[in-house]
Amino acid sequence: MYKFDQSKTPIYEALERYKAMRVVPFDVPGHKRGRGNSELTEFLGERCMSVDVNSMKPLDNLCHPVSVIKEAEELAADAFGAKHVFFMINGTTSAVQSMVLTACKRGEKIIMPRNVHRSAINALVISGAQPVYVNPGTNDELGIALGMSIKDVEKAILLNPDAKAVLVNNPTYYGICSPLKDIVELAHKHGMLALVDEAHGTHFYFNDNLPASAMSAGADMAAVSMHKTGGSLTQSSFLLINNDISQGYVRQIINLTQTTSGSYLLMSSLDISRKNLALNGQSIFDKVSQLAAYARDEINKIGGFYAYGRELINNDTVFDFDVTKLSVHTRSIGLAGIEVYDILRDDYDIQIEFGDIGNILAIISVGDKALAIERLISSMSEIKRLYSRDKAGMFDHEYINPLVAMTPQEAFYAPKISVPIEKSFGKICSEFVMCYPPGIPILAPGEYITKDILNYVAYAKEKGCFLTGTEDIYIERINVVSEYDSAGKSL
Amino acid sequence: MELWYTEEHSPDVRFSIRVDEHLYSAKSNFQRIDIMRSDEFGVFMTLDSLMMITEKDEFIYHDMIVHVPMAVNPDVKKVLVIGGGDGGTVRELTRYESVLEIDLVEIDDMVVSACLKYLPQTAGKLHDKRVNIFYEDGLKFVRKKERYYDLIIVDSTDPFGPGEGLFTKEFYGNCYKALNDNGILVNQHESPYYKVYAESLKRANKRIRQFFPITKLYQAHIPTYPSGHWLFGFASKKLDPVADIKEDYWNSLGIKTKYYNTELHKGSFALPNYVKELTEE
Repeated sequence: MYKFDQSKTPIYEALERYKAMRVVPFDVPGHKRGRGNSELTEFLGERCMSVDVNSMKPLDNLCHPVSVIKEAEELAADAFGAKHVFFMINGTTSAVQSMVLTACKRGEKIIMPRNVHRSAINALVISGAQPVYVNPGTNDELGIALGMSIKDVEKAILLNPDAKAVLVNNPTYYGICSPLKDIVELAHKHGMLALVDEAHGTHFYFNDNLPASAMSAGADMAAVSMHKTGGSLTQSSFLLINNDISQGYVRQIINLTQTTSGSYLLMSSLDISRKNLALNGQSIFDKVSQLAAYARDEINKIGGFYAYGRELINNDTVFDFDVTKLSVHTRSIGLAGIEVYDILRDDYDIQIEFGDIGNILAIISVGDKALAIERLISSMSEIKRLYSRDKAGMFDHEYINPLVAMTPQEAFYAPKISVPIEKSFGKICSEFVMCYPPGIPILAPGEYITKDILNYVAYAKEKGCFLTGTEDIYIERINVVSEYDSAGKSL
Repeated sequence: MELWYTEEHSPDVRFSIRVDEHLYSAKSNFQRIDIMRSDEFGVFMTLDSLMMITEKDEFIYHDMIVHVPMAVNPDVKKVLVIGGGDGGTVRELTRYESVLEIDLVEIDDMVVSACLKYLPQTAGKLHDKRVNIFYEDGLKFVRKKERYYDLIIVDSTDPFGPGEGLFTKEFYGNCYKALNDNGILVNQHESPYYKVYAESLKRANKRIRQFFPITKLYQAHIPTYPSGHWLFGFASKKLDPVADIKEDYWNSLGIKTKYYNTELHKGSFALPNYVKELTEE
């Protein structure tokens, strides 16, 4: 049970009090409760604009919380079973980066799986920390990367006893969980911090039938994307800390890059959503699990598609599975995931989370109704009837083990030249290349560009994946580390 | 005291009926159901405050949604009715001895039980031994059928609520799959007049045309529906609703109707120019 009264919402309540005071604003924002921008107010609504306000005494200050934000953080910490929770308004990206920047300084090592979100590797570019990649397990039939095997983590730890932290991506976008508790214990045994990118696992904290959460497994820090499955507004997130992590130091790290004008729309959405999850999470995610289970069964009955679930569990690289995720393998009907994703949107007015080379992912959440699930299932059945074809010649894997030549920071800031992507074979990449979503880099700065990777990029482009990351917005050229310095001297 | 039922036919147009008595009001898992009695239209039912049927004018809708396809294909034996929990469509179908199986798929069992109690005029044949009632989502039901039905009648609410899934591409595609080679799909097709209804009509029409080689619209005049001008969609794999009408055969059946006749059948496919343009865009 919770220590505090979880029905309280200090930030929301403070905003209501503030509105009732009818204060005359001679501060920013300049739209002055919407009056100065009638078109925007018409669009977003007066209630919304009237609480888009600046930090002030009655509303506390996100950079240095002492009153209502502090109370809201304490309530959130209670709800998540953490020592402290930070309200993050620069996305879960900023929460992941704050974890990495807290754990390692320039030149220090961090152990992580390579199939992390770009935000984690971005943090390495910023901090100069050195990644020690653990190749995730892979499922050859589905072509997807799985979790990290405990043996592989142990090997990395023994080879790199000076590493400062282990970062775990749990669950993956597809819903796959690593042996979190074992990894945390192993890291702690070797004096390393255990950090968890839990962007897709907010709901783990509020339902007994879901996989273990980072805090319950004893991790030191976790980035939780409240807006993904927790119901808050896009870009709002929580950073959880535990054990001996210093709250003051983490706040300093956060304040290095965080805005000083924290949005009260985002903060109040976190506050209200935390209350809802704490009070109703069990029943909400029971219902979500049922809807997802129903959809999985029905999609599997269509044939051809494979909506996977707990049967993948192998007590190692698939230690557990998040049953709220509706991940479907599509290659067997001869369609890339991205093709099914495009057909669903263009022909059936259904927007799913993403499609990649061989899979699609639909997010089922508190907002879904049975009727909408039926539409998705029926559309999938139609797609199979109308579009299925021979699967010969299809690319069969999402994940390619990287060959690392230098750290992301070294490569990103190294002297570089731009070359046509098809002529980049054998060079060291100086930037990111990824499909978005899911935003897992195909290439990160400092990695060799191999034939396998070039084939993958060409295939992803052909199938219509949305590629991002390079300086060249058309992804036709790529920056590679130059073999010569600016004076023309060989490096 | 005066009690009036009012429906907004557009944001700026209202349609009202003076009500004698509010007989029934309930909220089901899907919608709000109301049944009222009035002098002018008799007992009538609304779903989410939108008019569904009245005792006085329901014959027009049910005649047109059933007898038009039945006069085109007298061999119809297996019929699927989606929606239509009031029973009016089923009642008209039961008048054909040649029809052997009528599957009624209604998402809301409370609509059926309310109609059995308050609207026996339409619900009276729901217990016919050829009728099987399934309380489930029509989209789900039809997904599981393949080349089974001779006729599918979509007797649904408007596409803003529980009926939404019945105006989608996935629904029409699955209906196509569920019909046999002579299959016909008839659906209520909204009104061409007010903008919001006309938009749904256009979208539905465009989607149906992607699957069926023959698609035509026909019209009827229904006093209690928005603008009074209502359309039905006739989509089929082989049979043309006008060229293939079995006029003599249908007339030989001696089915007495208050609205439908075979002359009107042919004429109902002649559309006003603005409606033609609407679906040609």
